[in-house]
Amino acid sequence: MLKTTPFHSRTAPLILGQAWRRWSGFSVASSYDLLPDREYTAVRNSAALFDISPLCKYRLRGRDAGRLLDRMVTRDLTKCRVGQVMYTPWCDSHGKVIDDGTVSRLSDTEYRLTAAEPSIRWLQMNGFGLEATIEDVSDTLGALAIQGPLARIILNQVAEPTVEGLKFFRVMPARIGGVAVEISRTGYTGDLGYEIWVPAAGAVKVWDALMTAGANYGILPAGIWALDIARIEAGLVMADVDYHSAHRALIADQKSTPFELSLDWTVSLDKGRYNGKQALVREHTAGPAWRFVGLEVDWESFEALYAAHHLPPSLPTVAWRTSTPIYRDGRQIGYASSGCWSPLLKKYLALAHIRAPHFAPDTRVEMEVTVEHQRRRAAATVRKLPFFDPARKKA
Amino acid sequence: MATNSYDAIIIGGGHNGLVTAAYLARAGKKTLVLERRHLLGGAAVSEEVFPGFTFSVFSYVVSLLRPEIVRDLELPRHGLQILPLESTVTPLPNGDYLAGWGDADLTRREVSRHSLRDADAMVEFGRLMHHMAMAVKPILGMIPPDPTSLAPSDLAGMLKLGGHMRSLGPENFHALYKLMTMSSADYLDEWYEFDALKATKSASGIIGTFLSPRSPGSAYVLLHHYMGEIDGAFRAWGFAKGGTGTISNAIANAARALGATIRTEAPVAKVLTKGGRATGVVLDSGEEIMAPLVVSGLDPRRTFLELVDPGQLPDDLVTAVRRFKFRGSSGKVNLALSELPNFTCLPGIGPLHRGAVSISPSMDYLERAYDDAKYGEFSKRPYMDIVFPSMLDPDMAPPGKHVMSVFVQYAPYHLNGGWTDAKREAFGDAVVDTIAEHAPNLKSAILHRQVLTPLDIERITGLSEGNIFAGELALQQLFFLRPAAAWAKYRTPIHGYYQCGAGTHPGGGIMGASGRLAALKILADQ
Repeated sequence: MLKTTPFHSRTAPLILGQAWRRWSGFSVASSYDLLPDREYTAVRNSAALFDISPLCKYRLRGRDAGRLLDRMVTRDLTKCRVGQVMYTPWCDSHGKVIDDGTVSRLSDTEYRLTAAEPSIRWLQMNGFGLEATIEDVSDTLGALAIQGPLARIILNQVAEPTVEGLKFFRVMPARIGGVAVEISRTGYTGDLGYEIWVPAAGAVKVWDALMTAGANYGILPAGIWALDIARIEAGLVMADVDYHSAHRALIADQKSTPFELSLDWTVSLDKGRYNGKQALVREHTAGPAWRFVGLEVDWESFEALYAAHHLPPSLPTVAWRTSTPIYRDGRQIGYASSGCWSPLLKKYLALAHIRAPHFAPDTRVEMEVTVEHQRRRAAATVRKLPFFDPARKKA
Repeated sequence: MATNSYDAIIIGGGHNGLVTAAYLARAGKKTLVLERRHLLGGAAVSEEVFPGFTFSVFSYVVSLLRPEIVRDLELPRHGLQILPLESTVTPLPNGDYLAGWGDADLTRREVSRHSLRDADAMVEFGRLMHHMAMAVKPILGMIPPDPTSLAPSDLAGMLKLGGHMRSLGPENFHALYKLMTMSSADYLDEWYEFDALKATKSASGIIGTFLSPRSPGSAYVLLHHYMGEIDGAFRAWGFAKGGTGTISNAIANAARALGATIRTEAPVAKVLTKGGRATGVVLDSGEEIMAPLVVSGLDPRRTFLELVDPGQLPDDLVTAVRRFKFRGSSGKVNLALSELPNFTCLPGIGPLHRGAVSISPSMDYLERAYDDAKYGEFSKRPYMDIVFPSMLDPDMAPPGKHVMSVFVQYAPYHLNGGWTDAKREAFGDAVVDTIAEHAPNLKSAILHRQVLTPLDIERITGLSEGNIFAGELALQQLFFLRPAAAWAKYRTPIHGYYQCGAGTHPGGGIMGASGRLAALKILADQ
């Protein structure tokens, strides 16, 4: 049997079409409603509530907990203050990305790391000789993401103290429905949003409190399909979809560096020793061979491919994750790894890996599309990520 | 006023006028929009009518906003956000209901409760409508050629149109011909048997028109529901976050970003002309603003009979415009509610409140509603299209409270004895009473009520006789006859004076197509 999350008793009855999906050995909702449209809309219009409990979560304590993490990840964690959260990838010794996640500094000597993949062994290897305890809290800590323009208003009805002063990428302790939680102003949607970290025993109380308070504000439980569209609009990479962990890749070509994923801003070149530093410093000087960019498919060009068959353009209602060739001047110069129609921006978007020197913004390229069983190419334009970045996210 | 001269002046800040302004500004024209009211949008406005309660006062859903306009003007970047509006529920007299849900399987199962045959027919009917919409779509984006003219552009246009018609094939061409000429009742009879289903589908064929479902020509308007669907993922059909005023403001923001100037509370009195050419406008205040291009976004009556001296125009045009049918037939009731109406057919708060509720229980019901109007009365038991915008966009009402929008037909502009305050309230009462039969808690839930008759629509928006489409979408007033033969190509007999409102092809609804085509024509003429 797959594992269920601490919110299962609340989420399961709401999944109308039994649209479950696997995530790290857990089952969660792909979509609660029969159509995912409203759930996506809630992210940009009111507030969506995601059960993100399947994330791998680790608690690190002790004098050297910060040092351990700083040795492992590419960002300079010595600058991470208590109450701060940092997003970061971490690499192998060749500078190839193993995973990415967030580090929350909960006290002088306590941190929480989230990861897409189980990471206990890697943490232990990195902690060799250091004074730090590592605890896998993946199953004992539930997590909810409340994301959308009304997330703050809803959370303020139930959180003590309120999240009014909580800045972007900060974390604070609070109580919701009598349960002690931590609230971080983070998320995977590129919108105003918060993540709530709650001991499994109190999870249902927190869910109920949020759903009750949110009822008048259009809160909606939302599944992975909705999340996937939002994160593509936000230009956020997804492990195992947009890149492969260096620990899993079978050949070198399947690995990526942070620079190749356009995560330059997460790479510290001047902090002390950490995994992959030498390789990354070298790559920084030489310039990356690949970049991770946005693509905007030219609608007229796309429409014309269908019009040739007397059809209106057709798009999947959920995001796709199929590697798709990208061409320029007749030659393949990369591949898209995710794509979707953006209901908000009214644009057909993709996230793509493009070889040097073709990744400059506004470069005209072509993306393969299959129309009536035939391979065609639609014009597309390279765009800087994110596609969508509302002021409210950080305001 | 050194800057009192422009390349182009747009009269009226309705959504079409704003679209024209944006396209002209994009082409580098120094463009000015003059709006009479304090806010932009014409009939596409959002107003906080009662404190905390915002309404799309008139036009309330987005039907056919052209995707090319959304793209060209980058409207999402300027604030446009379309929210899904997925279902339609029709309460039935026997306490049951008929629903069309967002999910195709659910809808099929629902319709089969009432008629197995109709549930099957929906699939084929949908396919036919797909082809009809594909057939009409290119025409919406086309400057109407004059079939009686031998000018090369008209001949080319007719050739293009003829080629397009031929490409449909005989089956679809004949279906289209029937759709253009039949009544929606007859047309739907060919497909369906369940009365409430036919009534609900045909209701979309009478909106904004002084026709009943049994009047010939009403079938064409059915197509409009399907037009939005072929734009598919574009989701041109839905609810605009913040109400329809957000659409107008997004277009206005785009126009400003492209360099246009927009003035509100600047009513235009007359278009200035000299030697058969437009030279500018004079405002009610007496202020004169000069421009070699003047574009009227107002309806044909105001464009030809009020803004200019009809004596300057050919007699046949003046006659045609005087004969142009407006005769507004619909009203609007906007309610601020302390709680949602609880419909006895589907009790509780549910998916019904996230879509439309249609008061169209039978064909006879609609026909009787029309009978009242035919003899100069408002319908005692009207057809209504109801939505709950605060369920889609929580920002429309205070937390826990709601706004409800009721489109009502029929409410004739020419009411026996004329509209009075007492008759307006009686009309509002008829609306509330009828809905309360289906949702008994409605009356006690009403905090505030705004009732708008066609006369109010005319008084506030300036739309003649309160016609929501700036002139009926009747066959004799479409395409190369909108608004008048030989003057359907956005020009007027006065050089430099153009028309861009919904009284031109293709007109009607928040579509923007008239405004865009007018701008393309103006730029092509330069």
